[in-house]
Parts: sequence; structure tokens; C-alpha cells
Amino acid sequence: MSYQIPSFRHPDLPVNDLGYTRADYEGSISTLCAGCGHDSISGSIVKAVHELSIAPHHIAKLSGIGCSSKAPTYFLGKSHGFNSVHGRMPSVVTGAAMANRDLLYLGVSGDGDTASIGMGQFAHAVRRNLNMVYIVMNNGCYGLTKGQDSATADEGSASKKGDPNPFSAIDLPGMALQLGATFVARSFSGDKEQLVPLIKAAISHHGFALIDVISPCVTFNNNPASTKSYEFVREHSEATGTVDFVPMKEEITTRYHAGSPHEVTMHDGSVIHLNKVDENLDPFDRGSAMMTLQRHRDAGQILTGLIYMDRDSRDLHDVLETSQRPLNTLGESDLCPGNKVLQTINASLR
Amino acid sequence: MSSMKSSVTPLESVNEFVIKFANVNGTGSASANNLFAKALFRMGLPVSPKNIFPSNIQGLPTWYEVRVSEKGYLGRRGGVDIMLSVNPQSMPQDIQEVEAGGYFIYDNTKPLDLRLIRNDVNIIGIPLTRICNEQYQDPRQRQLFKNVIYVGALAALLDMDFKALTELVADQFKGKEKLITPNIHALELGHQYASENLKCPLGIRVRSADEVGDKVLLDGNTALGLGAIYGGASVAAWYPITPSTSVVDAFEKYAKRLRIDAGTGRTNFAIVQAEDELAAIGMVIGASWNGARAFTATSGPGVSLMAEFLGLAYFAEIPTVLFDVQRAGPSTGMPTRTQQSDILAAAYASHGDTKQVLLFPSTPRECFDFGALSFDLAERLQTPIILMTDLDLGMNDNMSEPLEWDDSRRYDRGKVLSAEQLDALDDFGRYLDVDGDAICYRTIPGTHPDKGVFFTRGTSRDEYAVYTEKGEEYEKNMLRLLRKWDTIKEHVPKPEVTESAQETDSAVIYFGTSEESSREALDYLAQDGVHLNAMRVRAFPFNDEVKAFIEKHREVFVIEQNRDAQLRTLLMAEFEFGPDKLKSVLCFDGNPISARNIRKQIKKHLGGNVLPLHKTVAASAGESA
Repeated sequence: MSYQIPSFRHPDLPVNDLGYTRADYEGSISTLCAGCGHDSISGSIVKAVHELSIAPHHIAKLSGIGCSSKAPTYFLGKSHGFNSVHGRMPSVVTGAAMANRDLLYLGVSGDGDTASIGMGQFAHAVRRNLNMVYIVMNNGCYGLTKGQDSATADEGSASKKGDPNPFSAIDLPGMALQLGATFVARSFSGDKEQLVPLIKAAISHHGFALIDVISPCVTFNNNPASTKSYEFVREHSEATGTVDFVPMKEEITTRYHAGSPHEVTMHDGSVIHLNKVDENLDPFDRGSAMMTLQRHRDAGQILTGLIYMDRDSRDLHDVLETSQRPLNTLGESDLCPGNKVLQTINASLR
Repeated sequence: MSSMKSSVTPLESVNEFVIKFANVNGTGSASANNLFAKALFRMGLPVSPKNIFPSNIQGLPTWYEVRVSEKGYLGRRGGVDIMLSVNPQSMPQDIQEVEAGGYFIYDNTKPLDLRLIRNDVNIIGIPLTRICNEQYQDPRQRQLFKNVIYVGALAALLDMDFKALTELVADQFKGKEKLITPNIHALELGHQYASENLKCPLGIRVRSADEVGDKVLLDGNTALGLGAIYGGASVAAWYPITPSTSVVDAFEKYAKRLRIDAGTGRTNFAIVQAEDELAAIGMVIGASWNGARAFTATSGPGVSLMAEFLGLAYFAEIPTVLFDVQRAGPSTGMPTRTQQSDILAAAYASHGDTKQVLLFPSTPRECFDFGALSFDLAERLQTPIILMTDLDLGMNDNMSEPLEWDDSRRYDRGKVLSAEQLDALDDFGRYLDVDGDAICYRTIPGTHPDKGVFFTRGTSRDEYAVYTEKGEEYEKNMLRLLRKWDTIKEHVPKPEVTESAQETDSAVIYFGTSEESSREALDYLAQDGVHLNAMRVRAFPFNDEVKAFIEKHREVFVIEQNRDAQLRTLLMAEFEFGPDKLKSVLCFDGNPISARNIRKQIKKHLGGNVLPLHKTVAASAGESA
């Protein structure tokens, strides 16, 4: 790892519609191990939001505890961040999203943070269909405490120092589907081609968007006996298809054959095109998605790509019928009914 | 039916007594008993009804105790003058509770077990079941109207204003007019039976008075919910737990009425029922971090679960509002019984060096005021504010000053920087003590395109919110938080001091729901020749006034409703007073502390003889600790 972030930037770095270069979306220098999958994911996040021209201050990045949850320091340095407590990021995002519906909420978590200590909060954020992007940097082990198996470690997989894991693995996309998630994808930290458009689609999705990203731990879990190593994941990945993301403004000029069954107009007007989709998968059918996922799991394969999306998703604000004005902008005149009303309440209590 | 002959003089009193109803829960008795209490309130009499109920939905004993006091004593006195018992399960216990010379009224459709009979109590039978069986066919009606019939009988026995009852029925069933006539009929059945068959009125009776003024009858939880509405809370997150549930219920009820955007019909609030208390407080912290006013309400077990998050909010300095409606612990304890036993758990909630701000309201009016104030304090002080009430205050109707709101009042949002202020600023550090009061400036996400951004974290950081493990930076931050604690003392409500009529070097300290019984006990003690100054503590950290008050006295009795004298411990820890100066007066049986109990314990401390207050020899519950 490096100790200093180089201040030099290429003078011709491309700028986005807001006039920002990629550098405007970067964070502090990473203190994760050299080669950590998490840093690649951070890079994909930076690329996706830069290309989508989202103003950094319109993004809030939140995390729990662990290596993954340290990552938000290393991207989006001009965005507010919140490193909360272990496994509890979903509740903090829920409150934040209730207070201001206009920001983009980017939750970053790990496999311990999500599938063990934070299982309850993860499950309930899914079923409330909170409008957020939830990225799991999934390496199957606890890095900060030196490599213990996590709940997503596959049965029989062994980390660098450990014995083969005797317990059944929690499959987060499978669980999320069962819980009613409205956007479920899986990717691999080493596959930016796939991950960046998935992040863009997740951002455009109106509701809870899970991306489970296999992200090898180079220090503790990148050995031959591990099913979360770079080599194993590369050899056993099976993509559902490729995703092209077309922002709203470009849609008019892009030519795709009309009426494609796998063309989706998103809530914000963007369009995603799913190409070469696995012919057994209907990504708009929850049952089909669950079966396809399980079939690959049974075959020892890791299904990646967009697995499921609900095109008619209603988020928590829709359900609660909350004001379109962010609640944190309301003042006394909106919030306080005044003394006259209070006196009628008093009268009802006599 | 006539009264059985009592061997002692029947108790006599006008407008000063305790009546207790013994019922089976889930039978509709609560609304009939409430009708009784509220009718007395409308007759201009101060009343204090207390629901003593089991953690159960249907079938177990439940009681409703009403203190009637023209003198205005609203706490529990101790002892029962009239017991109205319609629950055979609890009859043996119920009859024992009656003061000698008191009255035991029961359903004599079935004969009273002779073993229960006390010859020092006036026993009065009313055939409630028989009347219901004659009048009604439907079993549910037979059950419900039994309660209304005994209220009608009481109206005759106590010489109540019958019109107050019938008008109240008409008010309560507004919109459901069909129910008015049958309820009034049931009242009349009871009234008629008592008038024709029993000696009316009893030695204990009521007379219309003018002691209520413009006061209201209101439970603390409703007042808190209203405080949150008026205090500008727009996000509420909670997990159901007795006895706090009705706080959010009330908030929701009034928000649906008062917080709907006129143009769109959409809500200017969001309520999320969380998966547990950890999530509830996490949501509050997230919403507050993002610039909305938010709160949660819970009870002891919830406070335990919230401890980790409370430490984060303390350390990262995030405004957080938590209402703790205390119940009897530890663990699940007695979920439907009252206590003040979360004081230490709340004051030092979370691991590491933490101190939390506590507020102690003692009336519904104060629940409303402190409830609204919590949001100002949380934002001004950038720390959790834990409002400590309890089941007694939260779930019982309490006579209270009416609620008031000053329309010129503006919310104190504390030190929050706007985009313009950030533009004018060269150097923003989230944890820089710019003003010297140890409270720093914060920014709300989304405020400015490239200024004022910082990373909120529970890890150690420097003044610019950058992660650091440097010992001196950590220490500097922790010492600033301690200086902030001193600033907080100037902002929280000051204690209320009541000087005794005669000069004295002894005093009592109490807080929250111990107030009413303590005031009454002090009057008794004054009659006994013991004069005590009094201070009601209203917040932690303790202000300088609290310290000065204790220093001024030789001996101070600390009255509280827990086993371990938690407030006393807190006073000793914060001020280093010795245990010989602060003496404990405690009640922790799950019932609200009674005036007689306080008197007895203080007299014991003073080494004096404790004579019962009643002339008769009563081993009544109220006189024992």
C-alpha cells in the first residue's frame, strides 16, 4: 500500500455534466491491504457515480463496522459519511432516508456486518424496501480480527489458517429474494465491466437494491482451499447476462431494437438493457430468479449479474405517503399546530 | 340487602378517601371505572385514578384505585377505604386491604365465603350478576353492563351527581348515539337498586366542589406524544413495549390529524415500527444526523438494547431524543408495574466513559413541556436527551395543569451551519470548539457542494473528524466532552425547592412521580412535628443548585422508587457526598410510592415511634413498606 495519495492528476481528465472529474469523487488513500477486493469496488463506485453525474453532496455513504465498513473513507470524499456501529447501518440509513428523501443513500457493509451481527436489520431494510443501494463487500471472513470464517463462507471452504467450514453458508441474494427485495444482483470485485453498470442500475432503482460483491480477502482468504479466492471466483462465475445502462439523457440517441423483452425504463427515466440473458432466467419473475440462483448453487457455480428486478417497486416513502418535501426542511409552520389547537385538545380532556 | 354489622365505627369522610375496584381484566371494567373517576373530576373534585393491571390480555385480576381528595393530594395515600370487589379470584386479598371501618362492596349473587368475613369492615352486597341476568340476554352485554351497574350503585352510595355521569356517557359516546341510552339505563339500574335496598349515602361520600379549575385529566404518554408534535418531531421510530407504547400511539393519532399537508394530503411525519429497539434508536440517530427532529419511546429492556447506539450518539455528538417510560426491572421484571429503576442504566448508558442527559418530569404538563424541550436541548447540546418518566405517570390519567404553547416560540436548532455560513467560513472542523463552550458546529448532509463535509464515526478522531489513534487527540476530545457536560448544566431544568414552614436543617429530595406522595408525607410529618425542606430534582447533570441545597442541610432523605437508591448513588458519585448525609427512602414493590410509606420510613430514620395515621388499628397495606 501507499502512504501518500499522489496529488498529480492528468490535466485532461474527463469531466462529467457537472464539471467534476473522477478525482472529485475519490476519497482518502486506502489503508486496506494491497490487492484487497474492497478497493476495486470503491473504484467501481467512483466510476459509476462520476459517470452518472451525481453531485457528491447529494450522496450519503453509510456503513457499519469491519474492513468493508472502513471503505467509505476511501471514496466520495466530498460526500457526508457515517461509520455507525456493527451491523446497524440499515437502521441509520432508514432514519436518514426518512429525514431527507432527496439524497442518494449508499450503504456499504460486509459479510459479518450483514449476514451475522446485522442480519435482523438487513432483513428488515429489505422488506421495507428502503430506497437505497446496499453493497456487500463479501469475502467470507472477518479481516480485522484476523481471518475467522463468516456466515457467508461456503460449507467446506477453508481460509488460510482455518479448517474447512462445517456450516451451511448464508446466500444473501437468495435470502433477499425470499424477503421481497426489489433489486438483487451479484458481482465480483475483479469484474468492473459487470459491476459498474450494476451499480448504476441499482442507483436508478426506486427501492432497495442489493449488490452482493464477492471481494477476496488477499490476506486471510485467498488460498486454494477457499471458495472466495480470486482464482475460484473467476473459474466458477456464471453471469446471468450483461447489463447496459443508458442514462435518461442519452436514451434518445442510442439505438436498440425496439420491444426487447429485457429493456427496462427505470424510475428516473434511465433505461437498462439486459443482453444475452440466461434463457432459463426471467429476471422480472421472483420465482424464476430463486430457482436459477439455487440451480447454480447446487452446481457449485456463482451466479453473477442482475438476478431480479421489480419494475413496479414502491419504496417506504410511497407506502407511508410521506410529503414530497424532505422532512428535514419543514419548519415551525409545518410542524407546530399552535396554541389555539392545543386549547381545543385541553377542552377534550376535561 | 343490608350492611352487615361492623364492630368498629364506620369511616366517615366527605371528599377525602381511597376507593379501589377489583376486576377481571378483559371484561370492560376499565372504561366503567374511568367513567366513575371522570364524573368525580367533573364534580370539581381532584381525583387520581391508578390502573394496577397484570401483564395479560384476559382473565387475571386487575385493580383500579381512585384517590379522591378535595385537599388536592394526588399521590397514593396507602390503604383502601372502599373496596368494590367483583373478582372472586382476588376477594380474599381484597377484603384484607380494607381499612378498619371501611366498606367492602361485592356481588352477592353468590354468597360470600364466610371465612373471608371481617367484623371490622362494613360488608355491602349488590346482586350484580342477578340484575344482569334478568336484564340482558347476550353474554357480552351481561359482562359489560355489570360494570356500569355498579358505577350507578356507587352514585347512590356516595351521593354523586347523577347528571355528571349521564352527561359524561353522552360525551363519551358522541358519534355512537345508539350506545348512550343502554349505558344510562344500566347506570339507573344500579342507582335504583342501591337507593331502594341499601343505606344511602355511606359515611364516606362526595359533594360537588370547585377544586379543579381549568385542569385536565391526561396521561403522561399522551402528553409526551403531544410534546413531540409541538416540539417538531417529524420522524418517530419505535418498537412496541409496555408501558411506552401509547407515546407513539398518541403521536400518531395527533399527527394524522394535525400533520397532513393540506395541498397534497401527504404526511409531514414518518413513523417506522422498527424490528427491535436497537433499530429504533438507530433510525432516530440517522434522522437526527440528517437534520430532522426524531424520537423513540421505550422502557427498561429497550434502554439496555439501545446502550451501544447511545454511546455512539454521545461520542459522535448526534442529537437524539429518547423517552423512557420506566417499569419494574431487572430483566422482564414486572412489565405492568411502576418503578424509577433505570436511572443509573440511563445516566451512564453505554461502555467507555459516557454520561447522558436525563430529564425528570413529574406531571403530564411537564411531560408535554419537557417532551418538546428535549428536541431543543438535543440540538443545542448535540447529545442524547433521555426523558425519564414511568408507568404511573405514563399510563394513568393524572390531573394536570392545562397544556400551553407560546406561539412566538421558535425551535432552537443549535449550532447548524447553513450554506451561506459555510461560504463565509475558511476553516470548518466538526469538532473544533470555536465558541469555548465545548459545543461545536455541525452541518447537515447535502447543505453545500464542497464545504462542511465530514465523516461521522464512533471511532476516535481529531477536530476535523479524521480518524486518529493519537492519545493526545483522543484525550483532548474526551476532555472537551467533559467541559461540554458543564455547559449542559446551565441548559437543563433547575430543581424546584419548597421551604418548610419552620426552619430546619433536614430535607428531602425526590423526582418524577414521587412528588405527590412526598408532598403529602411532608404535611403528615409536619403534623408530627418533623419539618423538612424539599427539593425536586428535574434533570441530570445536576445543576449547582442541587449541590448547594444538599450542602446546606445536615441530613437529606432521598425518596425514590427502586431498590438500590439509584438517584442517591448518582448524587454521591457526582458530588462525592458521604453515605451518612444522604438517607434512602425507597419503594420498589411495583406500586406507586405512598405518602404513608414515606412518612413511616422517614420517622424510622429519625428513630421516632411510628403511630398509624388512622385512629383504628389497621394492618393495612399502605402502612407497611
